[in-house]
Amino acid sequence: MKRFMAAALAATMLTTPVAAESVKIGFVTTLTTGAAVIGNDMKDAVDLAVEHMGGKMGDLDVEIVFADDGFKPETGKQVTDKLVKQDNVDFVAGYIWSHVLLASRKSVLDAGKFLISSNAGPSPVAGKLCHKNFFSASWQNDQTPMAMGEVLNQQGVKSLYIMAPNYAAGKNMVAGVERTFAGEVKGKDLTKWGADAQLDFSAELAKAKASGAEGLFVFYPGAAAGAFIKQYNQAGLKDTLPLYSVFTVDAISLPRLQKAQFDSVLGSRVTQQWDPSLDNAANQKFVADYKAKFGRYPSFYAAQSYDTLMLIKSAVEKVGGDLSDQDAVRAALKAADYDSVRGKYTYGDNHMPVQNFYLREVVADADGNWTTKVVATVYENHVDPYAGECSM
Amino acid sequence: MDFALLFIQTLNGIQLGLLLFLVASGLTLVFGILDFVNLAHGSLYMIGAFICASLTFLTGNFLIAVILALPVTAAIGWGVERFLAQPLYQRDHLDHVLGTFGLILVFDTAVHLIWGPAGINIPLPAWLDTQVSLTEGVVIPTYRLLIIMTGLVVAVGLFWLVNYTRLGMLIRAGASNRTMVGALGIDISTLFALVFALGAALAGLAGMLVAPITEASIGMGNSIIITAFVVIIVGGIGSMKGAFIGAIIIGLIDTLGRSFIDDGFKLFMSSDAAETAGPAVSAMLIYIIMAAILAVRPQGLFPPKVR
Repeated sequence: MKRFMAAALAATMLTTPVAAESVKIGFVTTLTTGAAVIGNDMKDAVDLAVEHMGGKMGDLDVEIVFADDGFKPETGKQVTDKLVKQDNVDFVAGYIWSHVLLASRKSVLDAGKFLISSNAGPSPVAGKLCHKNFFSASWQNDQTPMAMGEVLNQQGVKSLYIMAPNYAAGKNMVAGVERTFAGEVKGKDLTKWGADAQLDFSAELAKAKASGAEGLFVFYPGAAAGAFIKQYNQAGLKDTLPLYSVFTVDAISLPRLQKAQFDSVLGSRVTQQWDPSLDNAANQKFVADYKAKFGRYPSFYAAQSYDTLMLIKSAVEKVGGDLSDQDAVRAALKAADYDSVRGKYTYGDNHMPVQNFYLREVVADADGNWTTKVVATVYENHVDPYAGECSM
Repeated sequence: MDFALLFIQTLNGIQLGLLLFLVASGLTLVFGILDFVNLAHGSLYMIGAFICASLTFLTGNFLIAVILALPVTAAIGWGVERFLAQPLYQRDHLDHVLGTFGLILVFDTAVHLIWGPAGINIPLPAWLDTQVSLTEGVVIPTYRLLIIMTGLVVAVGLFWLVNYTRLGMLIRAGASNRTMVGALGIDISTLFALVFALGAALAGLAGMLVAPITEASIGMGNSIIITAFVVIIVGGIGSMKGAFIGAIIIGLIDTLGRSFIDDGFKLFMSSDAAETAGPAVSAMLIYIIMAAILAVRPQGLFPPKVR
């Protein structure tokens, strides 16, 4: 085996003398704490992507180094430093949380590596802090709630109460929905977030109810989603204060909500740039294989992680495995010339995707499992609101 | 200010306070009487919630699950005392912190291995999953009233146990002078194990009660343990009365702070500044209160009489 490897190695070196023999990708996500449920979904998607590409990007072997941010910016920065300095990876990808990405981005970019966000899209990286080596495989935080704001206007909702966690993404979500929502914002609460996040929302729900708003907009990703929806139900607000959410009702929370029999979630509507029901070949293959392998629906986190790997693959193949030519790699990434599971999209000048946003509805599938399906397209080729602030 | 809202928020604050009391009472017993710093007290809270979750799905009834899970949590507490705490009693507080911090990691990983990283939602029986309308405009979830009642019953029970029973007398005596209690022929190590198990059961009960509201999740104990330490520092370490009053104070301040502080700030600063400062200050509020009380009364509000 060793001799074979050596021979194979020699062969590669003969054909492409300058190229490295493997592509090393560092993937930062949350693998401990309650948020590990998201991290596991992303890790599974990355593993599936590597399996789909046969462990190869062009002629190069794919090597993934997973790192755990522990849901904390300082830990995220530490593991990012390690990936860049010790493991000497070519790409750093992943990042669920905006505050973790903001803390870690400098380590990657200063070292002259490529940084690809598989989820987080805080406003600075799209605007003032945009960077030639940063790309997003997801969205800018404001976009999804902006789409929800449009939906609220269409449904004639006149006033809104807003709740979100108090961190970079939470503030972007609030800014996003306020940007497009035409009615009155009756009040808002930003709650404590992080590994010791506030999960008891009794005080905030009482305030929301007393405000007399016609709707309640929330953003509670990951484990907090189950807790929030539960208390929303227990408080009996379903009829008086309809819930409009982003990144809260998803493939992470739905199986648990189904297990706890929260039937009121069925029929609720959320906005997103991707959906398991999107009709394109790449998505159908991804969703079918993911379900077959892991026995559950992939979440949008999984879809974006899968796309991240496919995006890197397209760039590596385009430059013929020569990662030393950074300008060529960058141009290849920017072309986004791959079959994304969300369908075709392009990159804006700030390296954020210009893509569609859909309205999705929670339904039970043929087997009775709860999932979502697309009911309408809210935005076509939407550009994030911070693109103008980027001077690149 | 809306009176109905203030009333609801006060009830919410008392409910949070009573949950804190369940955790803090065990912590103050162990810290005050055994002189043992148990950072892993929050892990027992988490374990209680997870065991109760499994039993709920097994038995199909949340209340039966709670009754069954209590002795199990107490037994785990007893095991922790026997195998981890006891060898550490003679050592320094720093060793207690190290040992129990290690235990937190062990418990968190064990839960990760047994129950997986995702939290578990505990379904409530239908009769609890409703709301009670106290007056016009004052509606509160039935389950939160149940928490308030359970908390009060436990508080009364503990008060009776500590002040009017032989076991309570021994506990108080052990807190004052454990060597003397041992010299009088009382089996002090069994007494300590009992106190530890009782503390574990109380923390577990708090975890079981909170799980249907939030959910049973990894690390849920780590956030409450910090607040519980604040409670016993405010109330006076080792004092049951202090733990009760401290918990209610902290619960009310935290809830009312979250509810009204940004409105208060809007009176003297711009709306935008208030929206930024409000959540930041309300997250810090209980620590500010703790610092203020430490400055005025370093021993806490109700320190035990004999120390």
